[in-house]
Amino acid sequence: MLTIDAAILDAIVAHARRDHPDEACGIVAGAIGSDQPTRHVAMDNAERSPTFYRFDSGEQLRVWREMDDLDEEPVVIYHSHTATEAYPSRTDIGLAAYPDAHYMLVSTREPETTEIRSYRILDGVVTEEPVRVVNADVDQHAVQSYMFGQSPAAVDYECRAGN
Amino acid sequence: MAIEVRIPTILRSYTGGAKSVEGSGDTLADLLTDLDSRYAGIRGRLITEEGALHRFVNIYVNDEDVRFIGSLDAKLNDGDNVTILPAVAGGALATWS
Repeated sequence: MLTIDAAILDAIVAHARRDHPDEACGIVAGAIGSDQPTRHVAMDNAERSPTFYRFDSGEQLRVWREMDDLDEEPVVIYHSHTATEAYPSRTDIGLAAYPDAHYMLVSTREPETTEIRSYRILDGVVTEEPVRVVNADVDQHAVQSYMFGQSPAAVDYECRAGN
Repeated sequence: MAIEVRIPTILRSYTGGAKSVEGSGDTLADLLTDLDSRYAGIRGRLITEEGALHRFVNIYVNDEDVRFIGSLDAKLNDGDNVTILPAVAGGALATWS
């Protein structure tokens, strides 16, 4: 199970929408061993491509050093698919090198609905996990709805107050 | 001469869990050979069968990505810090292999 704050999820989705149709990527850092993602870092996609992403190597080193200094680790590693579903591709599986991370996939292929799913990827094996969103506020003007892979149907985000 | 090498989580099975180890060598290639003599198999995770640095592994000498300073021929000096970080990459199309 991935538990994530609604404000952080909003920031990830906003990043994915902003970079569409190119793939967006980034991390959410959290204290080592806590399994709690608390600090969102939007990374540059050095490939600037609608079908591929790669963290810029210099930026990655800076961000990883910063996490070391703060006793953090990448709790979530996310990227977007802009024309396909939020499921790890063969590329994603083959290149997944952080066995402790939650790999979050965000699909922006539908303009009105954002599909969000989370996985563990270990030695080529993909295991999907539920996503639990906490601290969602009531927003009268919210029009964005999110769809979570393990939910039975689309979730109207503005109806999730009180979680 | 001693060079500190920081090991990512996914490769710590080779170093008995150690986050950083010491090694020696005049070049990055020498250093990886030295590490492999004590941590057998680690070199094979970083170098392709053709003998090139793996495309999806980032290795830095101090703050420099070795791709910009000679790759495996990058010169090393006593006291340098070497950091190994698996690249974070992927995407919708299967183009990596």
